Amino acid sequence: MHIVETKIFKITEPVDLESGKQLKEVEVAYETYGELNEAADNAILLLHALTGDAHAAGYHEGDKKPGWWDDMVGSGKAFDTDKYFVICSNMLGGCKGTTGPNSINPDTGKEYGLSFPVITIEDVVKVQKKLIDFLGVKKLTVAGGSMGGMQALEWALAYKDMVCHVIVIASTPRLSAQSIAFNAVGRNAILSDPNFNNGDYYHGEKPEKGLSIARMVGHITYLCEEAMHEKFARRFQDKDTPNFNFDVDFEVESYLAHQGQTFVDRFDANSYLYITKAVDYFDIAKKYGSLEKAFEDTNSKYLVISFSSDWLFPSSQSKELVNALMKNKKDVSFCEIQSPCGHDAFLLEYETQTRIIRSFLCAQ
Amino acid sequence: MCAMSNEHYAKSLGLHLNYSIITDMIESGASVLDLGCGDGTLMKMLKEKNVHVSGIDISEDNIVKCLEKGLSVIQGDIDEGLHGYPDKSYDYVVLNQTLQSTEKPDYVIKEMLRVGKKIVVSFPNFAYWRVRFYLMFHGKMPKSNILPFEWYDTPNIHLLTLKDFYDFAKRHDFRIEQKLTMTRAKIRKSLFHKVFDNFFTEEVMFLCTKN
Repeated sequence: MHIVETKIFKITEPVDLESGKQLKEVEVAYETYGELNEAADNAILLLHALTGDAHAAGYHEGDKKPGWWDDMVGSGKAFDTDKYFVICSNMLGGCKGTTGPNSINPDTGKEYGLSFPVITIEDVVKVQKKLIDFLGVKKLTVAGGSMGGMQALEWALAYKDMVCHVIVIASTPRLSAQSIAFNAVGRNAILSDPNFNNGDYYHGEKPEKGLSIARMVGHITYLCEEAMHEKFARRFQDKDTPNFNFDVDFEVESYLAHQGQTFVDRFDANSYLYITKAVDYFDIAKKYGSLEKAFEDTNSKYLVISFSSDWLFPSSQSKELVNALMKNKKDVSFCEIQSPCGHDAFLLEYETQTRIIRSFLCAQ
Repeated sequence: MCAMSNEHYAKSLGLHLNYSIITDMIESGASVLDLGCGDGTLMKMLKEKNVHVSGIDISEDNIVKCLEKGLSVIQGDIDEGLHGYPDKSYDYVVLNQTLQSTEKPDYVIKEMLRVGKKIVVSFPNFAYWRVRFYLMFHGKMPKSNILPFEWYDTPNIHLLTLKDFYDFAKRHDFRIEQKLTMTRAKIRKSLFHKVFDNFFTEEVMFLCTKN
Protein backbone atom coordinates (compact mmCIF):
# COMPACT_ATOMS: atom_id res chain seq x y z
CA MET A 1 0.00 0.00 0.00
CA HIS A 2 1.18 3.50 -0.74
CA ILE A 3 0.83 6.84 0.92
CA VAL A 4 -2.30 7.32 3.00
CA GLU A 5 -3.53 10.25 5.01
CA THR A 6 -5.69 10.72 8.03
CA LYS A 7 -8.90 12.64 7.40
CA ILE A 8 -11.17 14.44 9.83
CA PHE A 9 -14.94 14.02 10.09
CA LYS A 10 -16.80 16.67 12.08
CA ILE A 11 -19.97 15.69 13.91
CA THR A 12 -22.25 18.70 13.81
CA GLU A 13 -24.78 17.73 16.47
CA PRO A 14 -23.77 17.20 20.11
CA VAL A 15 -23.06 13.60 21.19
CA ASP A 16 -25.03 12.32 24.20
CA LEU A 17 -22.84 10.19 26.44
CA GLU A 18 -23.71 7.22 28.63
CA SER A 19 -22.85 9.30 31.71
CA GLY A 20 -25.65 11.74 30.79
CA LYS A 21 -23.19 14.41 29.72
CA GLN A 22 -22.81 15.84 26.23
CA LEU A 23 -19.86 16.55 23.97
CA LYS A 24 -20.03 19.28 21.36
CA GLU A 25 -18.21 19.61 18.06
CA VAL A 26 -16.71 16.14 18.17
CA GLU A 27 -14.13 15.42 15.49
CA VAL A 28 -13.14 11.97 14.32
CA ALA A 29 -9.79 11.16 12.71
CA TYR A 30 -10.05 8.28 10.25
CA GLU A 31 -8.43 6.53 7.33
CA THR A 32 -9.92 4.34 4.62
CA TYR A 33 -8.36 1.80 2.30
CA GLY A 34 -10.04 0.23 -0.74
CA GLU A 35 -13.37 1.23 -2.25
CA LEU A 36 -16.93 1.00 -1.01
CA ASN A 37 -18.98 -1.04 -3.49
CA GLU A 38 -22.31 0.03 -4.94
CA ALA A 39 -24.37 -1.99 -2.45
CA ALA A 40 -22.30 -0.38 0.32
CA ASP A 41 -21.97 -3.77 2.00
CA ASN A 42 -18.24 -4.52 1.74
CA ALA A 43 -17.04 -2.29 4.58
CA ILE A 44 -14.82 -3.46 7.43
CA LEU A 45 -14.28 -1.26 10.46
CA LEU A 46 -11.03 -1.95 12.28
CA LEU A 47 -11.05 -1.08 15.97
CA HIS A 48 -7.76 -0.22 17.56
CA ALA A 49 -6.44 -1.21 20.96
CA LEU A 50 -5.60 0.99 23.96
CA THR A 51 -2.96 3.21 22.40
CA GLY A 52 -3.65 2.75 18.70
CA ASP A 53 -4.84 5.29 16.18
CA ALA A 54 -6.59 5.71 12.84
CA HIS A 55 -3.43 4.87 10.93
CA ALA A 56 -3.90 1.11 10.54
CA ALA A 57 -2.11 0.56 7.24
CA GLY A 58 0.05 2.13 4.57
CA TYR A 59 2.56 4.91 5.06
CA HIS A 60 2.14 8.52 5.93
CA GLU A 61 4.17 10.90 3.79
CA GLY A 62 7.80 10.69 4.87
CA ASP A 63 7.24 7.88 7.43
CA LYS A 64 9.51 4.85 7.60
CA LYS A 65 7.06 2.75 9.59
CA PRO A 66 3.65 1.69 8.26
CA GLY A 67 0.35 1.71 10.21
CA TRP A 68 -0.14 -0.53 13.25
CA TRP A 69 -1.93 -3.39 11.44
CA ASP A 70 -0.21 -3.14 8.08
CA ASP A 71 0.59 -6.87 8.13
CA MET A 72 -3.13 -7.57 8.00
CA VAL A 73 -4.51 -4.80 5.81
CA GLY A 74 -3.82 -4.39 2.11
CA SER A 75 -4.06 -6.04 -1.27
CA GLY A 76 -4.22 -9.83 -0.80
CA LYS A 77 -3.90 -9.58 2.98
CA ALA A 78 -6.38 -10.73 5.67
CA PHE A 79 -8.42 -7.57 5.25
CA ASP A 80 -8.08 -7.49 1.50
CA THR A 81 -8.38 -3.94 0.21
CA ASP A 82 -9.04 -5.27 -3.31
CA LYS A 83 -12.33 -6.64 -1.99
CA TYR A 84 -13.22 -4.60 1.03
CA PHE A 85 -13.59 -0.99 2.02
CA VAL A 86 -11.51 -0.88 5.20
CA ILE A 87 -12.01 1.92 7.70
CA CYS A 88 -10.13 2.74 10.88
CA SER A 89 -10.75 5.69 13.17
CA ASN A 90 -9.12 7.01 16.29
CA MET A 91 -11.37 6.39 19.28
CA LEU A 92 -13.22 9.04 21.24
CA GLY A 93 -11.04 10.10 24.16
CA GLY A 94 -7.87 9.36 22.19
CA CYS A 95 -5.13 11.79 21.35
CA LYS A 96 -4.52 11.09 17.69
CA GLY A 97 -6.93 13.46 16.03
CA THR A 98 -10.27 12.43 17.48
CA THR A 99 -11.74 14.60 20.22
CA GLY A 100 -10.21 13.76 23.58
CA PRO A 101 -9.01 15.45 26.75
CA ASN A 102 -6.21 17.22 24.85
CA SER A 103 -8.73 18.84 22.45
CA ILE A 104 -9.92 22.41 22.87
CA ASN A 105 -13.21 22.70 24.73
CA PRO A 106 -15.33 24.99 22.49
CA ASP A 107 -16.96 26.50 25.59
CA THR A 108 -13.73 27.62 27.24
CA GLY A 109 -11.21 27.84 24.42
CA LYS A 110 -8.85 25.72 26.54
CA GLU A 111 -7.91 22.04 26.53
CA TYR A 112 -10.47 19.88 28.30
CA GLY A 113 -8.03 18.15 30.61
CA LEU A 114 -9.97 16.49 33.42
CA SER A 115 -13.11 18.45 32.53
CA PHE A 116 -13.49 15.99 29.65
CA PRO A 117 -16.44 13.75 30.50
CA VAL A 118 -15.75 10.12 31.42
CA ILE A 119 -16.48 8.05 28.34
CA THR A 120 -17.46 4.40 27.85
CA ILE A 121 -17.02 1.87 25.07
CA GLU A 122 -20.68 2.52 24.23
CA ASP A 123 -19.86 6.20 23.63
CA VAL A 124 -16.81 5.29 21.58
CA VAL A 125 -18.89 3.07 19.31
CA LYS A 126 -21.67 5.63 19.06
CA VAL A 127 -19.20 8.13 17.62
CA GLN A 128 -17.86 5.50 15.20
CA LYS A 129 -21.44 4.85 14.05
CA LYS A 130 -21.80 8.47 13.02
CA LEU A 131 -18.65 8.16 10.90
CA ILE A 132 -19.90 4.93 9.32
CA ASP A 133 -23.23 6.56 8.43
CA PHE A 134 -21.39 9.56 7.02
CA LEU A 135 -19.36 7.23 4.78
CA GLY A 136 -22.62 5.75 3.45
CA VAL A 137 -21.96 2.20 4.67
CA LYS A 138 -25.01 -0.13 4.84
CA LYS A 139 -23.52 -3.43 6.03
CA LEU A 140 -20.45 -3.68 8.19
CA THR A 141 -17.88 -6.15 9.42
CA VAL A 142 -16.21 -5.12 12.67
CA ALA A 143 -12.83 -6.43 13.79
CA GLY A 144 -10.56 -5.60 16.65
CA GLY A 145 -8.00 -6.94 19.09
CA SER A 146 -7.88 -6.33 22.84
CA MET A 147 -9.94 -3.20 23.56
CA GLY A 148 -10.79 -3.20 19.86
CA GLY A 149 -12.52 -6.54 20.40
CA MET A 150 -14.66 -4.98 23.12
CA GLN A 151 -15.76 -2.32 20.66
CA ALA A 152 -16.54 -5.03 18.08
CA LEU A 153 -18.82 -6.71 20.63
CA GLU A 154 -20.47 -3.41 21.48
CA TRP A 155 -21.08 -2.85 17.77
CA ALA A 156 -22.67 -6.28 17.40
CA LEU A 157 -25.05 -5.58 20.27
CA ALA A 158 -25.84 -1.92 19.65
CA TYR A 159 -26.26 -2.04 15.86
CA LYS A 160 -27.49 -5.57 15.23
CA ASP A 161 -29.00 -4.92 11.84
CA MET A 162 -25.92 -3.36 10.37
CA VAL A 163 -23.22 -5.73 11.57
CA CYS A 164 -22.83 -8.96 9.59
CA HIS A 165 -19.44 -10.30 10.75
CA VAL A 166 -17.79 -9.77 14.12
CA ILE A 167 -14.13 -10.61 14.68
CA VAL A 168 -13.01 -10.51 18.31
CA ILE A 169 -9.29 -11.07 18.85
CA ALA A 170 -7.51 -11.49 22.19
CA SER A 171 -10.38 -9.77 23.91
CA THR A 172 -13.09 -10.27 26.48
CA PRO A 173 -16.70 -9.36 27.28
CA ARG A 174 -15.37 -7.93 30.57
CA LEU A 175 -11.99 -7.46 32.19
CA SER A 176 -10.87 -9.58 35.10
CA ALA A 177 -10.07 -7.99 38.47
CA GLN A 178 -6.41 -8.66 37.71
CA SER A 179 -6.51 -6.62 34.51
CA ILE A 180 -8.39 -3.78 36.20
CA ALA A 181 -5.72 -3.83 38.88
CA PHE A 182 -2.94 -3.27 36.35
CA ASN A 183 -4.88 -0.38 34.80
CA ALA A 184 -5.33 1.09 38.27
CA VAL A 185 -1.56 1.01 38.87
CA GLY A 186 -1.03 2.81 35.56
CA ARG A 187 -3.54 5.50 36.43
CA ASN A 188 -2.08 5.93 39.89
CA ALA A 189 1.37 6.45 38.42
CA ILE A 190 -0.01 9.28 36.25
CA LEU A 191 -2.18 10.83 38.96
CA SER A 192 0.71 10.95 41.42
CA ASP A 193 3.21 12.52 39.02
CA PRO A 194 4.14 15.98 40.43
CA ASN A 195 3.66 17.48 36.96
CA PHE A 196 0.16 16.11 36.56
CA ASN A 197 -1.39 19.31 37.94
CA ASN A 198 -4.89 17.91 38.02
CA GLY A 199 -4.75 17.18 34.31
CA ASP A 200 -3.91 20.75 33.35
CA TYR A 201 -0.36 20.31 32.05
CA TYR A 202 -0.66 21.13 28.37
CA HIS A 203 1.32 24.36 28.65
CA GLY A 204 3.99 23.23 31.07
CA GLU A 205 5.96 20.15 32.09
CA LYS A 206 4.06 16.96 31.27
CA PRO A 207 3.59 14.06 33.71
CA GLU A 208 6.13 12.04 31.78
CA LYS A 209 7.39 9.92 34.67
CA GLY A 210 3.88 8.80 35.55
CA LEU A 211 2.88 8.05 31.98
CA SER A 212 6.06 6.14 31.30
CA ILE A 213 5.59 4.00 34.42
CA ALA A 214 2.01 3.31 33.31
CA ARG A 215 3.37 2.16 29.96
CA MET A 216 6.02 -0.01 31.61
CA VAL A 217 3.39 -1.78 33.68
CA GLY A 218 1.27 -2.15 30.57
CA HIS A 219 4.14 -3.69 28.63
CA ILE A 220 4.69 -6.33 31.28
CA THR A 221 1.08 -7.40 30.85
CA TYR A 222 1.38 -7.53 27.05
CA LEU A 223 4.19 -10.06 27.25
CA CYS A 224 4.41 -13.28 29.23
CA GLU A 225 7.11 -15.05 31.17
CA GLU A 226 8.18 -17.13 28.19
CA ALA A 227 8.33 -14.12 25.86
CA MET A 228 10.36 -12.14 28.39
CA HIS A 229 12.75 -14.99 28.99
CA GLU A 230 13.15 -15.46 25.25
CA LYS A 231 13.80 -11.75 24.71
CA PHE A 232 15.95 -10.83 27.71
CA ALA A 233 16.58 -13.78 30.01
CA ARG A 234 18.74 -12.35 32.85
CA ARG A 235 21.18 -10.60 30.56
CA PHE A 236 22.79 -7.35 31.62
CA GLN A 237 22.49 -4.34 29.34
CA ASP A 238 25.75 -3.86 27.38
CA LYS A 239 27.93 -5.42 30.09
CA ASP A 240 28.55 -8.54 32.15
CA THR A 241 28.70 -7.25 35.69
CA PRO A 242 26.25 -5.41 37.92
CA ASN A 243 26.45 -1.66 38.57
CA PHE A 244 25.87 -1.94 42.29
CA ASN A 245 23.55 1.02 42.11
CA PHE A 246 19.97 1.69 40.99
CA ASP A 247 20.66 2.54 37.36
CA VAL A 248 19.49 0.23 34.62
CA ASP A 249 21.29 -3.11 34.98
CA PHE A 250 19.25 -5.67 33.12
CA GLU A 251 18.18 -5.72 29.49
CA VAL A 252 14.56 -6.05 30.55
CA GLU A 253 14.87 -2.84 32.59
CA SER A 254 16.36 -1.03 29.65
CA TYR A 255 13.59 -2.31 27.38
CA LEU A 256 10.84 -1.13 29.72
CA ALA A 257 12.52 2.24 30.20
CA HIS A 258 12.77 2.63 26.43
CA GLN A 259 9.11 1.64 25.92
CA GLY A 260 8.08 4.10 28.61
CA GLN A 261 10.13 6.94 27.15
CA THR A 262 9.03 6.54 23.54
CA PHE A 263 5.41 6.31 24.66
CA VAL A 264 5.58 9.66 26.40
CA ASP A 265 6.41 11.30 23.10
CA ARG A 266 3.36 9.92 21.36
CA PHE A 267 0.60 9.67 23.94
CA ASP A 268 -1.35 11.94 26.24
CA ALA A 269 -1.53 11.03 29.94
CA ASN A 270 -5.13 12.19 30.27
CA SER A 271 -6.18 9.99 27.35
CA TYR A 272 -4.55 7.06 29.12
CA LEU A 273 -6.70 7.74 32.20
CA TYR A 274 -9.94 8.04 30.25
CA ILE A 275 -9.40 5.09 27.95
CA THR A 276 -8.30 2.64 30.63
CA LYS A 277 -11.36 3.67 32.64
CA ALA A 278 -13.63 2.96 29.65
CA VAL A 279 -12.03 -0.47 29.33
CA ASP A 280 -12.50 -1.19 33.04
CA TYR A 281 -16.17 -0.20 32.94
CA PHE A 282 -16.96 -2.37 29.93
CA ASP A 283 -19.09 -5.29 31.09
CA ILE A 284 -21.64 -6.76 28.72
CA ALA A 285 -22.94 -9.25 31.27
CA LYS A 286 -23.76 -6.48 33.72
CA LYS A 287 -25.36 -4.28 31.10
CA TYR A 288 -27.68 -6.96 29.72
CA GLY A 289 -28.26 -9.05 32.83
CA SER A 290 -26.06 -11.91 31.65
CA LEU A 291 -23.78 -12.76 28.77
CA GLU A 292 -26.37 -15.13 27.34
CA LYS A 293 -29.08 -12.52 27.43
CA ALA A 294 -26.79 -10.00 25.75
CA PHE A 295 -26.50 -12.09 22.61
CA GLU A 296 -30.10 -13.32 22.46
CA ASP A 297 -31.12 -11.44 19.35
CA THR A 298 -27.96 -10.52 17.49
CA ASN A 299 -27.79 -11.58 13.87
CA SER A 300 -24.07 -11.50 13.22
CA LYS A 301 -21.60 -14.26 12.50
CA TYR A 302 -18.81 -14.39 15.05
CA LEU A 303 -15.15 -15.30 14.92
CA VAL A 304 -13.34 -15.38 18.25
CA ILE A 305 -9.56 -15.76 18.39
CA SER A 306 -7.42 -16.06 21.52
CA PHE A 307 -3.74 -16.78 22.14
CA SER A 308 -2.45 -19.54 24.37
CA SER A 309 0.05 -17.42 26.33
CA ASP A 310 -2.16 -14.34 26.74
CA TRP A 311 -2.82 -13.95 30.45
CA LEU A 312 -4.19 -10.40 30.22
CA PHE A 313 -7.12 -11.42 28.04
CA PRO A 314 -6.94 -15.17 28.63
CA SER A 315 -8.52 -17.85 26.43
CA SER A 316 -10.91 -18.71 29.25
CA GLN A 317 -12.61 -15.33 28.78
CA SER A 318 -12.92 -15.89 25.04
CA LYS A 319 -14.43 -19.31 25.77
CA GLU A 320 -16.93 -17.71 28.10
CA LEU A 321 -17.99 -15.46 25.24
CA VAL A 322 -18.13 -18.38 22.82
CA ASN A 323 -20.27 -20.38 25.26
CA ALA A 324 -22.75 -17.53 25.57
CA LEU A 325 -23.01 -17.36 21.79
CA MET A 326 -23.42 -21.13 21.49
CA LYS A 327 -26.16 -21.12 24.09
CA ASN A 328 -28.00 -18.71 21.83
CA LYS A 329 -27.31 -20.94 18.82
CA LYS A 330 -25.38 -18.21 17.08
CA ASP A 331 -23.00 -18.90 14.24
CA VAL A 332 -19.64 -18.77 16.00
CA SER A 333 -16.15 -20.06 15.34
CA PHE A 334 -13.36 -20.08 17.87
CA CYS A 335 -9.64 -20.67 17.56
CA GLU A 336 -6.96 -20.54 20.22
CA ILE A 337 -3.69 -19.85 18.43
CA GLN A 338 -0.60 -21.37 20.04
CA SER A 339 1.81 -18.54 20.59
CA PRO A 340 4.62 -17.69 23.02
CA CYS A 341 4.09 -13.94 22.57
CA GLY A 342 1.50 -13.20 25.28
CA HIS A 343 -1.18 -10.60 24.64
CA ASP A 344 1.03 -8.91 22.03
CA ALA A 345 0.50 -11.97 19.83
CA PHE A 346 -2.52 -10.38 18.22
CA LEU A 347 -0.22 -7.85 16.56
CA LEU A 348 2.53 -10.36 15.79
CA GLU A 349 1.04 -13.71 14.82
CA TYR A 350 -0.42 -12.49 11.60
CA GLU A 351 0.11 -15.58 9.41
CA THR A 352 -2.39 -17.84 11.15
CA GLN A 353 -4.73 -14.93 11.73
CA THR A 354 -4.59 -14.10 8.04
CA ARG A 355 -5.62 -17.65 7.07
CA ILE A 356 -8.43 -17.69 9.60
CA ILE A 357 -9.80 -14.23 8.98
CA ARG A 358 -9.61 -14.41 5.21
CA SER A 359 -11.54 -17.69 5.20
CA PHE A 360 -14.07 -16.41 7.70
CA LEU A 361 -14.77 -13.32 5.63
CA CYS A 362 -15.10 -15.31 2.39
CA ALA A 363 -17.44 -17.99 3.79
CA GLN A 364 -21.08 -17.32 3.22
CA MET B 1 -5.33 -37.04 20.05
CA CYS B 2 -8.77 -37.52 18.61
CA ALA B 3 -7.84 -35.55 15.55
CA MET B 4 -4.75 -37.62 15.01
CA SER B 5 -6.62 -40.93 14.96
CA ASN B 6 -9.24 -39.51 12.63
CA GLU B 7 -6.72 -38.31 10.12
CA HIS B 8 -4.95 -41.61 10.15
CA TYR B 9 -8.17 -43.37 9.25
CA ALA B 10 -8.82 -40.96 6.46
CA LYS B 11 -5.52 -41.95 4.95
CA SER B 12 -5.56 -45.66 5.66
CA LEU B 13 -9.07 -46.92 5.43
CA GLY B 14 -12.61 -46.19 4.67
CA LEU B 15 -13.33 -43.05 6.61
CA HIS B 16 -14.95 -41.89 3.42
CA LEU B 17 -17.29 -44.83 3.71
CA ASN B 18 -18.19 -43.60 7.19
CA TYR B 19 -18.65 -40.12 5.83
CA SER B 20 -21.05 -41.23 3.14
CA ILE B 21 -22.98 -43.45 5.54
CA ILE B 22 -23.43 -40.56 7.93
CA THR B 23 -24.28 -38.17 5.12
CA ASP B 24 -26.95 -40.62 3.88
CA MET B 25 -28.27 -41.16 7.39
CA ILE B 26 -28.92 -37.47 8.07
CA GLU B 27 -31.73 -35.69 6.29
CA SER B 28 -31.42 -32.28 4.63
CA GLY B 29 -32.32 -29.38 6.85
CA ALA B 30 -31.26 -31.19 10.05
CA SER B 31 -28.78 -29.65 12.49
CA VAL B 32 -25.59 -31.56 13.26
CA LEU B 33 -22.76 -31.13 15.74
CA ASP B 34 -19.64 -33.05 14.71
CA LEU B 35 -17.36 -33.86 17.66
CA GLY B 36 -13.71 -34.27 16.77
CA CYS B 37 -14.52 -32.96 13.32
CA GLY B 38 -10.93 -33.10 12.06
CA ASP B 39 -10.31 -31.14 8.89
CA GLY B 40 -14.03 -30.74 8.23
CA THR B 41 -14.44 -33.24 5.35
CA LEU B 42 -17.62 -34.75 6.79
CA MET B 43 -19.00 -31.34 7.73
CA LYS B 44 -18.45 -30.11 4.20
CA MET B 45 -20.31 -33.13 2.77
CA LEU B 46 -23.17 -32.48 5.17
CA LYS B 47 -23.22 -28.80 4.38
CA GLU B 48 -23.50 -29.58 0.68
CA LYS B 49 -26.57 -31.62 1.57
CA ASN B 50 -28.01 -28.51 3.18
CA VAL B 51 -27.48 -29.75 6.72
CA HIS B 52 -26.76 -27.06 9.35
CA VAL B 53 -23.49 -28.29 10.71
CA SER B 54 -20.90 -27.09 13.17
CA GLY B 55 -17.94 -28.86 14.69
CA ILE B 56 -15.57 -29.09 17.60
CA ASP B 57 -11.94 -30.09 17.35
CA ILE B 58 -8.98 -29.88 19.65
CA SER B 59 -6.31 -29.00 17.09
CA GLU B 60 -5.57 -25.47 15.91
CA ASP B 61 -4.49 -26.79 12.53
CA ASN B 62 -7.84 -28.53 12.00
CA ILE B 63 -9.73 -25.42 13.06
CA VAL B 64 -7.92 -23.41 10.42
CA LYS B 65 -8.65 -26.11 7.79
CA CYS B 66 -12.35 -26.09 8.70
CA LEU B 67 -12.53 -22.31 8.49
CA GLU B 68 -10.83 -22.48 5.11
CA LYS B 69 -13.69 -24.72 4.01
CA GLY B 70 -16.13 -22.05 5.14
CA LEU B 71 -17.33 -24.08 8.14
CA SER B 72 -18.23 -22.96 11.64
CA VAL B 73 -16.01 -24.64 14.16
CA ILE B 74 -15.04 -24.31 17.79
CA GLN B 75 -11.69 -25.26 19.22
CA GLY B 76 -12.28 -27.32 22.30
CA ASP B 77 -11.71 -30.57 24.13
CA ILE B 78 -14.79 -32.79 24.01
CA ASP B 79 -13.61 -34.53 27.17
CA GLU B 80 -14.43 -31.28 28.96
CA GLY B 81 -18.06 -31.65 27.94
CA LEU B 82 -20.36 -29.54 25.83
CA HIS B 83 -21.05 -26.85 28.43
CA GLY B 84 -21.97 -24.13 25.97
CA TYR B 85 -24.67 -26.18 24.26
CA PRO B 86 -28.24 -26.20 25.51
CA ASP B 87 -30.20 -29.45 25.89
CA LYS B 88 -31.50 -30.96 22.65
CA SER B 89 -30.05 -28.13 20.61
CA TYR B 90 -29.00 -30.38 17.70
CA ASP B 91 -30.89 -33.04 15.76
CA TYR B 92 -27.73 -35.13 15.64
CA VAL B 93 -24.46 -35.17 17.51
CA VAL B 94 -21.80 -37.19 15.70
CA LEU B 95 -18.74 -38.89 17.19
CA ASN B 96 -17.04 -40.59 14.28
CA GLN B 97 -14.17 -42.98 15.13
CA THR B 98 -13.30 -40.97 18.21
CA LEU B 99 -15.07 -42.63 21.16
CA GLN B 100 -12.11 -44.94 21.79
CA SER B 101 -9.75 -41.94 22.00
CA THR B 102 -11.69 -39.94 24.57
CA GLU B 103 -10.54 -39.73 28.17
CA LYS B 104 -14.05 -40.10 29.56
CA PRO B 105 -16.21 -41.96 27.01
CA ASP B 106 -19.13 -42.28 29.42
CA TYR B 107 -19.20 -38.55 30.07
CA VAL B 108 -18.85 -37.73 26.38
CA ILE B 109 -21.80 -40.00 25.45
CA LYS B 110 -23.86 -38.55 28.27
CA GLU B 111 -23.21 -35.05 27.00
CA MET B 112 -23.99 -36.09 23.43
CA LEU B 113 -27.34 -37.52 24.53
CA ARG B 114 -28.08 -34.30 26.38
CA VAL B 115 -27.28 -31.99 23.48
CA GLY B 116 -28.51 -34.14 20.58
CA LYS B 117 -31.92 -35.60 19.88
CA LYS B 118 -30.06 -38.47 18.23
CA ILE B 119 -26.44 -39.45 18.39
CA VAL B 120 -24.22 -41.20 15.87
CA VAL B 121 -21.25 -43.12 17.27
CA SER B 122 -18.74 -45.22 15.40
CA PHE B 123 -15.69 -47.11 16.62
CA PRO B 124 -13.41 -50.02 15.70
CA ASN B 125 -14.52 -53.34 17.20
CA PHE B 126 -11.83 -54.87 19.38
CA ALA B 127 -13.59 -58.25 19.24
CA TYR B 128 -13.23 -58.54 15.46
CA TRP B 129 -11.85 -61.99 14.70
CA ARG B 130 -8.61 -60.70 13.19
CA VAL B 131 -7.95 -58.65 16.32
CA ARG B 132 -8.65 -61.67 18.49
CA PHE B 133 -6.39 -63.89 16.37
CA TYR B 134 -3.63 -61.30 16.38
CA LEU B 135 -3.56 -61.31 20.14
CA MET B 136 -3.88 -65.09 20.30
CA PHE B 137 -1.18 -65.96 17.79
CA HIS B 138 1.22 -63.05 18.15
CA GLY B 139 0.67 -62.53 21.84
CA LYS B 140 1.06 -58.78 21.28
CA MET B 141 -1.25 -55.80 21.27
CA PRO B 142 -3.20 -56.09 18.02
CA LYS B 143 -2.29 -53.82 15.11
CA SER B 144 -4.12 -53.46 11.83
CA ASN B 145 -5.03 -50.84 9.26
CA ILE B 146 -7.69 -49.58 11.57
CA LEU B 147 -5.60 -49.96 14.73
CA PRO B 148 -2.19 -48.93 13.42
CA PHE B 149 -0.53 -47.67 16.59
CA GLU B 150 1.99 -49.14 18.99
CA TRP B 151 0.66 -49.78 22.47
CA TYR B 152 2.76 -46.93 23.86
CA ASP B 153 1.72 -44.19 21.47
CA THR B 154 -1.85 -45.07 20.61
CA PRO B 155 -4.56 -42.45 21.00
CA ASN B 156 -7.00 -45.37 21.38
CA ILE B 157 -7.04 -45.54 25.14
CA HIS B 158 -10.57 -46.91 25.54
CA LEU B 159 -10.95 -49.71 23.03
CA LEU B 160 -14.21 -51.60 23.20
CA THR B 161 -16.34 -54.22 21.49
CA LEU B 162 -19.91 -54.33 20.23
CA LYS B 163 -20.96 -56.28 23.31
CA ASP B 164 -19.37 -53.67 25.54
CA PHE B 165 -21.42 -51.03 23.79
CA TYR B 166 -24.67 -53.01 24.22
CA ASP B 167 -24.00 -53.27 27.95
CA PHE B 168 -23.07 -49.62 28.06
CA ALA B 169 -26.34 -48.62 26.37
CA LYS B 170 -28.32 -50.59 28.95
CA ARG B 171 -26.44 -49.13 31.87
CA HIS B 172 -26.69 -45.57 30.59
CA ASP B 173 -30.28 -45.87 29.57
CA PHE B 174 -30.15 -45.20 25.85
CA ARG B 175 -31.55 -47.09 22.91
CA ILE B 176 -29.77 -48.29 19.79
CA GLU B 177 -32.03 -47.37 16.89
CA GLN B 178 -29.83 -48.48 14.07
CA LYS B 179 -26.62 -50.46 13.66
CA LEU B 180 -24.34 -50.60 10.64
CA THR B 181 -21.56 -53.15 10.62
CA MET B 182 -18.54 -52.73 8.40
CA THR B 183 -15.64 -54.99 7.56
CA ARG B 184 -12.78 -54.17 5.28
CA ALA B 185 -14.36 -50.84 4.34
CA LYS B 186 -17.65 -52.32 3.19
CA ILE B 187 -21.08 -52.47 4.81
CA ARG B 188 -21.88 -56.08 5.69
CA LYS B 189 -25.45 -57.26 5.91
CA SER B 190 -25.12 -61.05 5.69
CA LEU B 191 -26.68 -63.37 8.25
CA PHE B 192 -23.19 -64.12 9.58
CA HIS B 193 -22.65 -60.47 10.31
CA LYS B 194 -26.04 -60.21 11.95
CA VAL B 195 -25.82 -63.25 14.16
CA PHE B 196 -22.12 -63.08 14.97
CA ASP B 197 -21.76 -59.34 14.70
CA ASN B 198 -19.21 -59.08 17.49
CA PHE B 199 -16.97 -61.59 15.71
CA PHE B 200 -17.20 -60.48 12.10
CA THR B 201 -17.49 -56.69 12.41
CA GLU B 202 -14.35 -54.61 12.03
CA GLU B 203 -16.04 -51.28 12.70
CA VAL B 204 -19.50 -50.32 13.67
CA MET B 205 -21.78 -47.33 13.57
CA PHE B 206 -24.73 -46.81 15.90
CA LEU B 207 -27.59 -44.39 15.82
CA CYS B 208 -28.92 -43.99 19.35
CA THR B 209 -31.50 -42.03 21.30
CA LYS B 210 -32.12 -41.51 24.98
CA ASN B 211 -34.78 -43.70 26.54
